Parts: sequence; structure tokens; C-alpha cells
Amino acid sequence: MAYSERVSNLYKEQLKGIQEAGIFKQERFIHSPQAADIEVEYPAGASLKKVINMCSNNYLGLSSHPDVLKAAHEGLDARGYGMSSVRFICGTQDIHRELERNVTAFLGTEDTLLFPSCMDANAGVFEAILTKEDVMISDRLVHASLIDGIRLCSAIHDTYKHSDMGHLEEKLQLHSDKRLKIVITDGVFSMDGDTAKLDLMVSLCEKYDAMLLVDESHASGFIGKTGRGTHERCGVVGKIDIITTTFGKALGGASGGCVSGRKELVEMCRQKARPYLFSNTIAPVVVAGVLKVLEILAASTERRDKLEKNAAYWRKGLTEAGFVLKEGDTPIVPVMLFNAKLAQDLSKALYDEGIYAIGFFFPVVPQGQARIRTQISAGHEIHHLDKALSAFIKVGKKFNILGKTKQEIVEMYGL
Amino acid sequence: MDDMKGVILNYVKKEYLEDDSEPINFDTPLISGGIVDSFSMVSLKRFLENKYSIQIPDDQATPEAFDSVNKITSLVEAFIQKKG
Repeated sequence: MAYSERVSNLYKEQLKGIQEAGIFKQERFIHSPQAADIEVEYPAGASLKKVINMCSNNYLGLSSHPDVLKAAHEGLDARGYGMSSVRFICGTQDIHRELERNVTAFLGTEDTLLFPSCMDANAGVFEAILTKEDVMISDRLVHASLIDGIRLCSAIHDTYKHSDMGHLEEKLQLHSDKRLKIVITDGVFSMDGDTAKLDLMVSLCEKYDAMLLVDESHASGFIGKTGRGTHERCGVVGKIDIITTTFGKALGGASGGCVSGRKELVEMCRQKARPYLFSNTIAPVVVAGVLKVLEILAASTERRDKLEKNAAYWRKGLTEAGFVLKEGDTPIVPVMLFNAKLAQDLSKALYDEGIYAIGFFFPVVPQGQARIRTQISAGHEIHHLDKALSAFIKVGKKFNILGKTKQEIVEMYGL
Repeated sequence: MDDMKGVILNYVKKEYLEDDSEPINFDTPLISGGIVDSFSMVSLKRFLENKYSIQIPDDQATPEAFDSVNKITSLVEAFIQKKG
């Protein structure tokens, strides 16, 4: 037996270490469709509890929308369940190409290539378009999937301080001798909820002849006046060389992602990106659902408008209650607690009050920046937000953190 | 040598430390201490190459060789001497 006791013990020790470090992850089982109101089994075996979901990426409330479900059912009937093939053998249907055309139109780019997930898009894009003669310059807070993609690429990699345009310019100068330069950022940063300064970044990239890649996973569908994304908000539609994004969040929430942008770059991914070449693409049923989502968003901005209002209402309520928040104006509203145990304890107390919101701490966020990340949805009604606010205030009083500064919270609970 | 140490220390502070970070000295472990991730070493390497007109081969730009200002200074000195 190759899996000897020695090997088994080695892994047991590692898992014990993860538990002792307080970073052991446990799933919570949801027994209902994804929505503002969900039924949760937690811990495993416990009876079901009805809670308000304050931590999903279901920004537009489309994950269980009846029109999307109907379109998915019809897609299942019309195009079947699976493809049993990668795209370039016999795994491409007409609706895959239709979705690529519609995403291109939605994002205002030149072409699009679907990937099984945005994680795969980010994992595959860099090695498809760069070589060791090139440089990748990324924001220090980009998503883990971009970091993995960067690691898989032979080009050299450098970073700039988060959203620091002066530092980015220094790096563009430092690497001016490279054949190709690409600057890499999230559009909306998932942990802090702040947005990239894409207008300034486009100017810098033009000045130093660099390409710009933006991961719009936490922006597509709702940032900008018509929900096209951060590039719409910053007035640079058509000027981003590569956008990667997901259909697993606001755009229906099922799965799938894409690389969208300059025609030649997308074609290079079609020829060379390994997650595209060696994996089935998005299932037909999901493609049909995403097509319907894009149709809904093209017809009206009602859902992103409601989301914007909900997020402003929520942020105002928490601020007036005296919580320390990360500044921003996106539906990601981090409630700062700084201490990891406090974040976990507060999350548990909120759950007891019927509010599902998760604590985040090192290594997911930097040491001493533990928080509860709340995420607002167009699926929330004001009564959901009011109930959640009451629970946050009750729990905030219990832990004596309302109206306290960062320093005062740290003095009480430590970092 | 002391001047070079000062230049490198200042670069590390400016490049990698946030405003509220703990102070560092010539012996502070940079990479094993989590101040510089091995990913971000490239800018330090390129800075040294440009500043001192040397080329440090990738196989010698190891996390161990870059782990403190003193170690980095020794490495750079060796390359300057080699250059003659």
C-alpha cells in the first residue's frame, strides 16, 4: 500500500495544524435555492435555521430568478445536459458562440472566449499571451486566481502598492526595456470593496506602451450606470485590453467565466490557453441561463439601481450605528473588527440572531485586518436590511464596539 | 559599503513597508520574516542591477541570498568585485 501510516500521519498533523491555527474551513449546508432568505444546516446535523444571507455574491438577485430558471430549463431541453468534449473537438454549440458575441457586446470589447470558470480564465490567460521576455505588473491585492495565473507564466512578475499610481508608474519605468508589459488589477477588490482607478491606469498604460488586464468578477452586471463594469464607471469602455470576469456571481451565479478584449489576444487564448484547451466548457444549461441574464440586464437597469440604493442604505445604517467600515461605494461593505477571534465570535452571534455573515481573517486578509464582509444584493428588500441592521446593533452592543475607533477596538481585543 | 547598506535599506523600506509597519534594520529577515514575498523580489533585483550596473543570475537571486540587507549587500559587493 503506497498510502502508508507515515504518509497518513503526515497529513493528519498538517490538518491538526490548520485546526490549531484557527483557520480550518467548514462548509455550511444550504437547503434552499440561493436568495436573501435561506435555510441553513450548521453545524452539520443541526436542525435547519432560516437566516438572511448577507455574504453571497448574488449581487443582482438573479441566481434563482424565475426567468433565468425557465431559460435554463428550455436550454436543457433544447441542447442537452453535457458536451462530453472540449471545445475544439466537438464541445462547441451555437449557443456558446452566441454567448461569446453577447458578452462582447455587453462589455464593449472586440471578442470573448468562454472558460469553465474565471479562475480558469485567470489561470490560462497570461501564459497564452506572454513569454519570458515580458513583464507582468500587478496590484498587491489582486485576487488569488490572478496570482496563480501569474505563477504559471514565464514572464517576470512585479507588483505595485495597492492602487498607488505613483508606484505603478515607477514600475512601468523600471521595466521599460521589456518586450511586452501588462498591468494587472481587479476592477472591484473583493475583500475591501474599493474600485481600481482605471481612468488613470489607462493613461499610464498608454504613456508606457503597456497592456491592461482587469478582473471584473465583482463588478460585471452592476458597476457603472448600465452595469457594464468598472470600465464604464471610469469612462474607459473600449480601452481595456483584457477583461476577465465570471458568470458565477452577479450574472446568474451558476458557473463559468471568460476572457474578453482585443481580438488577437482572445484568439491567442483560443489557440493556447490550457484551461480552455483541456477542459469542457460551460454546460449548455448554464449558457442558456447566462444568455437570459444578459437579456434582462440589457432591457433595464432596475436591478443594479436597486442594488446601489440597498448598498447605500446598508452602509449608512452601519455607519450611523457606529461600526468601523472600509470606505467605498460598492455592495461589498466590510465591517472592520481587526481581531480574528472577535470576527469569528461576532459572526456566530449574528448567526444566532438569524443573520448569515462570515468573518474573514489572516491569511485571507492581512494580519490585524479581520472583518465581517457583508455583501448586499438586489434580492434584499428593506425589511431584510432593517432586520440585519438590528441584529448587527444588538451584537455590536454586546461586544461593546459601537462608536469605538480602530484603536479602541484593538485595545479591547488585541490584533 | 555602509552607504550601499543605507541605500538598500531605504529602498526596501520605501518599496515594501507600509506607513505603520514595524521598523527594520540591516539584519531583519526580509523574506523568511514575511516582509518581502519572494514574488516581489524582482523589483529589488532589478533595482540593484540598475543601480550598481551588475547582472545577478536568477539562480543566485535566491530567497536566502536576499533575506536581509546585510546579505544583499554582500551579494552585490561580490558581483561588483567580479566585474572588476
